[in-house]
Amino acid sequence: MSTATTTTELVETKKSGGLTGAAANYIDERTSISTAVKELGRKIFPDHWSFLLGEVALYSFVIILLSGSFLTFFFHASMTPVEYDGSFMPLKGVEMSAAMASSLDISFDIRGGLLMRQVHHWAALLFVAAIGLHMLRIYFTGAFRKPRELNWIIGFILFILAMAEGFTGYSLPDDLLSGNGLRIIDGMVKGIPLIGTWISFLLFGGEFPGEQIVGRLYSLHILLLPAIIVALIAMHLLFVVVHKHTQYPGAGRTNQNVVGYPVLPVYAAKAGGFFFIVFGVVMLMASLFTINPIWNYGPYDPSPVSAGTQPDWYIGFADGALRLIPPGLEFVWLDRTWSFNILIPLISLGLFILVVLIYPFIEAWVTGDKREHHILDRPRNAPTRTAIGAAGVTFYAALWATASSDIIATHFSVTMEGVIHTMQFLVLVGPFIAFFVAKRICLALQKKDREIVLHGYESGRIVRLPGGEYIEVHQPVDEYDRWKLVSYNDYKPLMIRPNADGKITVGQKARAGLSRWFFEDRIAPVNNTELEQAHGDHH
Amino acid sequence: MTTFNTPKQPRGRKAGRRSPLASVALIAIGLLFTGGAYAAFSTSTASAETNATSQQTVGEGQKLFAANCATCHGLAAQGSGSGPSLIGVGAAAVDFQVGTGRMPMQMNGPQAQKKKVQFTEEQIASLAAYVASLAPGPGKPDASLLDAEGNAANGAELFRINCAMCHNVAGAGGALTAGKYAPNLKGVTEAHIYEAMVTGPQSMPVFNDMNISPESKRDIITYLKYLEKTPSPGGLALGSLGPVSEGLFLWIFGLGSIVALTVWITAKSN
Repeated sequence: MSTATTTTELVETKKSGGLTGAAANYIDERTSISTAVKELGRKIFPDHWSFLLGEVALYSFVIILLSGSFLTFFFHASMTPVEYDGSFMPLKGVEMSAAMASSLDISFDIRGGLLMRQVHHWAALLFVAAIGLHMLRIYFTGAFRKPRELNWIIGFILFILAMAEGFTGYSLPDDLLSGNGLRIIDGMVKGIPLIGTWISFLLFGGEFPGEQIVGRLYSLHILLLPAIIVALIAMHLLFVVVHKHTQYPGAGRTNQNVVGYPVLPVYAAKAGGFFFIVFGVVMLMASLFTINPIWNYGPYDPSPVSAGTQPDWYIGFADGALRLIPPGLEFVWLDRTWSFNILIPLISLGLFILVVLIYPFIEAWVTGDKREHHILDRPRNAPTRTAIGAAGVTFYAALWATASSDIIATHFSVTMEGVIHTMQFLVLVGPFIAFFVAKRICLALQKKDREIVLHGYESGRIVRLPGGEYIEVHQPVDEYDRWKLVSYNDYKPLMIRPNADGKITVGQKARAGLSRWFFEDRIAPVNNTELEQAHGDHH
Repeated sequence: MTTFNTPKQPRGRKAGRRSPLASVALIAIGLLFTGGAYAAFSTSTASAETNATSQQTVGEGQKLFAANCATCHGLAAQGSGSGPSLIGVGAAAVDFQVGTGRMPMQMNGPQAQKKKVQFTEEQIASLAAYVASLAPGPGKPDASLLDAEGNAANGAELFRINCAMCHNVAGAGGALTAGKYAPNLKGVTEAHIYEAMVTGPQSMPVFNDMNISPESKRDIITYLKYLEKTPSPGGLALGSLGPVSEGLFLWIFGLGSIVALTVWITAKSN
């Protein structure tokens, strides 16, 4: 009878056990599930809005699976040409692939089809966006530190896979927009020296576009990629359970405990309800706002390209990188064409992704910190990390914005060239400005925290002392709030020490240099002596 | 051409029995027919209009032209450093440029902007008549081509191939180089769409009748009017701008409202 306590209690008021109890007992005797329920049901989760972002991603994925299954019932992943004979008048009689025709049928001739298509697409955009925001939260609070480095890697791979899912899905309807997107990918692949053309022909089963690609992408989109994503999500969540959830600093919160509510009944109810809220928001968007009107784009034909042809938002940064490359970077050498206009974006984005992927290990190496961290950093208390993050966000955002350079030009009445040159500047110089500004802001905020801990808040009350002196009365900060302000890790630059052989290696020098760069500018947390001294001053 | 050749053959056989004036008369008849057929096939209704528009209208147009247009286009519409020659642009160009408010230009810029129309219908017609009187050029389209009741599917295909690279598949407009742009086509009248295709204003290429036949132009207008009249089947169209407006909407309103809801869910009850 050790099943979920709530159910048992409810039933017990009538008669002991009852049907629920008997059923629970029956299952428990055969599966020993009570151990798991007991363990998971008493699992504590801390409450903070930013801890729900990963959940949003998970729920979007569930919505995608549900709506996607519906779509597979009606979609034909074939590029066989057919003549469209559905109910959308302006495409009647037009020759198109079976994929496009079935997507149009889903949109116009299958009950609820268009709603499901739009649910699927909006949820996909939300999925990747929620992952992005979740990752930013993890990064800026330092939740990737030991023991969670591996989970950062898994999460980041999930992010990449989500983009791959998105892109393969975007290409399936075989409309003009998706064909143009594939053409860009084809061009990027062909830009790789030596092997590019071979890979392109392998991928498309011959010359682009061929008659293979939709079927192949479909297998990836509904079979391979989702299977890997589901497996990785399971691992990701398992790690969350194993590591326990992190929490923000506060009174009573330590590295050894988790302050919050248990899964059963509070969190199960909250999270369960939240699923329906997310579903509701997606439904609302899908029923009120058009997404990807393939009927406007028409069937794919290699000759036309529409103005305003962009990838979905999460591929935008790569599209932007291609738009920013100045002309004249393609030349023939050794009887081969070297497309540096494609190689430079490919290589720099690859490096960017790699740095983000392994960042937890870089920081761990620089700090030399081998401790476990379950208390999150407030972003201001890790100024250099926050500044690196701000630089990365600026770099990404500038590339991303560039993908809409034409829309920016028309809607803000500026020239296309002006937009491109501004963005080139922002991509190259923006990260440095962002780094400097963010670091200064962090340090200034830390100084302000110190000030508040030592001297309290300015109350604006001026008091005249008997001796004639005027002072402003400061209101001291209460102990609960003070905890948040003083308890953080204070790193100092590493000292270079000779190793066992009495030598100072290059690696050590590099590490010490990076460590100095990380922790040179720092505001130490207020310690007890300072605190007592400050109090002495005021009384 | 055949009309010239046909009379030759009988003359070869029975030359003696024909008055010398007969061939002249035949040539005259032939010319009349060719000209007539040309006029009938031509999309412009210029010939009909020439009869209708009196010399007075042209004179009025000339006055308006001298007062409002000659500064840039020259007193005889011969053009100047600040405006192109208008000899041979035809009534269609005038009707488009003046009828959409682009001319007279408010200021020099990358491209003449659409603005409030500066003249009345009659004034525009006189201006058009004056410019058309300078040299033959494309006239105003026949009303039968502007009824928007052609083949929308054919129009859509032609629009995607010929127009969408600048105007976007849904006619929402797009950017060009150096601050120029292809405007949004929503709300543009049938006649102006037709005239724009025939005359190629500003950066737009000319789509003459050899490129896109008048019937196909009618189909394109049909498609554009279909887009305008039919609400987007999927709900609000977000400007029909494609993935950019979708992504912006998702981040600001979609994710924005979800973050607001997470804050609500985790708020401490008082």
